[in-house]
Amino acid sequence: MQRLKILCCCLVVVLFAGCSQHSQSGNTILLWHWMTDSHDTLVKLAEEYQKESGVQVTVRLFAPSDAYSRMIIASAQANVLPDIFGILSVKSIVADFIKAGLVADLTDEMKANGASWANSLFDKALADKRFEAGNIYGIKPGIYGVPINMTNQQMLYNKKLLAKAGISSPAVTFDGFIKDTQALRRVGITPFVSGWGELWLINCFASNYAFNIMGEKKVFATFRGEVKYTDPDWIKVFTIFASLRDKGVFIDGIVTKGNKYAEQDFALERVAFAFNGSWSVNVYRDMNPSLEYGVMLPPAFSKAHSLKIWGGAGASLLVHAGSPNKDKAIAFLKWLTARQQQVSLSRETNTLPSNKEAMPPVLAFVDPVLGEFFKGMEHTTHPTIWPLNEDPLVMEVFDRGIQAIIIGEKTPAQAARDVQRVKDRQMAKGNK
Amino acid sequence: MNPRVQSAAILKNNLQSLLFVLPAVLIFCIFYIYPFLNMIFLSFHEWWGIGPMHFIGLQNYTEIMSDGLWWDAIIHAGYITLIALTFQNALAFALALACDRDIRMGQFYRVVFFIPPVLSEVVVGLMGNWILNPGLQEGQHIGLLNHFLSISGFPHLVHNWLGDPSTALTTIAVVHSWKGFGWGFIMLLVGLQTIDKQLYEAARVDGAGAWKIFTNITLPMMLPVILVVMVLTILGSMQVFILILSMVNQGLVNHTDVPVTGILTSMIGHGRFGYACAQAVIFGMILVGVAFIMKKLSDKVKQA
Repeated sequence: MQRLKILCCCLVVVLFAGCSQHSQSGNTILLWHWMTDSHDTLVKLAEEYQKESGVQVTVRLFAPSDAYSRMIIASAQANVLPDIFGILSVKSIVADFIKAGLVADLTDEMKANGASWANSLFDKALADKRFEAGNIYGIKPGIYGVPINMTNQQMLYNKKLLAKAGISSPAVTFDGFIKDTQALRRVGITPFVSGWGELWLINCFASNYAFNIMGEKKVFATFRGEVKYTDPDWIKVFTIFASLRDKGVFIDGIVTKGNKYAEQDFALERVAFAFNGSWSVNVYRDMNPSLEYGVMLPPAFSKAHSLKIWGGAGASLLVHAGSPNKDKAIAFLKWLTARQQQVSLSRETNTLPSNKEAMPPVLAFVDPVLGEFFKGMEHTTHPTIWPLNEDPLVMEVFDRGIQAIIIGEKTPAQAARDVQRVKDRQMAKGNK
Repeated sequence: MNPRVQSAAILKNNLQSLLFVLPAVLIFCIFYIYPFLNMIFLSFHEWWGIGPMHFIGLQNYTEIMSDGLWWDAIIHAGYITLIALTFQNALAFALALACDRDIRMGQFYRVVFFIPPVLSEVVVGLMGNWILNPGLQEGQHIGLLNHFLSISGFPHLVHNWLGDPSTALTTIAVVHSWKGFGWGFIMLLVGLQTIDKQLYEAARVDGAGAWKIFTNITLPMMLPVILVVMVLTILGSMQVFILILSMVNQGLVNHTDVPVTGILTSMIGHGRFGYACAQAVIFGMILVGVAFIMKKLSDKVKQA
């Protein structure tokens, strides 16, 4: 009977040992992130922080980012979130996290001491996890995340390949761009690549032109259901892809290409233009250190409205509202986004800092191409800072419609009708 | 022995036995039964993964019934399965028959044919991408297949295999079959080796040719193994998705969607956990149905 009791006790201990919440000792905070290229630097900075403050920061990497996303949602469901984490999902999910009491409101901290922390950071980066007054999610206005770097998506061009086609500098207008691509085709160079097997990149490119053609008010009005996707302006957006297809601008297989393959194509000088984010500077440097390339805004299609590119915070970190180490976690993020640490982070990871004071020294040593990316920051916008986002289902049909146009399966009008059909269905569902 | 003492001893014995199986039962319940029941529960709700759940009854199921893309995905998986059942298993059977004979380097071939299933689907997908790359560099095809076709006198066959809706799914199915045939090969080879060689000798003495021996001895004796291979092929092929993600990312419009990618999109892309669970339930029922039919078929074959 004694053995039986011991066996029972062991079993209970084993069973319950795995069911406890993530608990860190009073002087240890836990940070979960997805940034493979920044992991070593974050660990190094965490060690420095421990020497300075005595607080240990355990940095755990979970990659790739979609697996990280799934894990964060699962951890939230099980209430085992770490002290510091990031949410890579759309703003409505961030809002759900906040409503569930899982994300700390950092507004008071940001505004303390004459808003010194908030003022030290670029506003476009800070906007990533900021909820404005009257937001549609019903979230108390405030700042809920801390940006640790900045990024944006633009077009890149290979100087050597352009020179081969007799192009000294790339065109800034859409018609000029088409002419450049024809010149490239004449000398046997594939004009354009992007990882459009990943739908968000198509969405990003298309939304640049939607803002350019109809302006943000009309884009948001469409999201609200007040303007139809069959509107002539939206047809123009779809037609851009048909024109690029007809002119042979795209690399073969662009709609199934993952971004890593698109990056490879550009780095190995198979293609003259690419559409990619500022993170690609690291990728290209690793793949082909002698690659000579520059950065440009996507060529404007219309003069009606300014062209907007996606950009802002590269990564924002949030503090678990229920963490017993909440104050320590906030203190660490304050330290991490201070000038010196931001310079270190940028130096090691070749990224743009979120701290304003860190930018001048960073621009002095980072890859000049990254400096060019920085110039584009003034044109940035991002779904995370829009007052509302499109329904994910509608977005998917929109992106797949563009894929269908590129492979010649649908006309712009057909794609627009399909999107509107799903939009109507979702609107009807929302009104029920 | 006192009956009370005896029953206490029996109880103790039973409890001890129960304790030994309890960890396995608990693990099974926690990791299989609970998620399964929870999935069914979630399928009746609208839920974004975080926040409150809303009970919506059978709404997710009725929506699935009219979701054309979902049923297209089932058809795509069925098509891949059909190719795997025919092409993959025919290849596996042919190679197993070849290796069952006393051939030189037989062991070597067995190892070589078993390499593809050992490889990860991601690796096979990446290799497939490299072989099927439709791009050009300085006028030369980058992809191995197109390069081979262009230099071997078939430039008209050069094609964007994964970027054309008319070839994308078949190309994926062929790569999937190449990756999967090794399992069937090994199982069929083991099955062939259990057939008594004296049966073949007797048939030859009776004047039976190779075809007659195959149809009258090999095939009937192998039917149970073939059925097992078929069931495993169906279940494996219907659930293919990693290969597709690594070959065409989020897909060529909707031409390469399969049920599992559909479930993933509903859950991760659209944040519709309830709908994804309903899709999973429906898909599970389809698979159970197929497995049940195959079991009945197998029983009939055994009786015959």
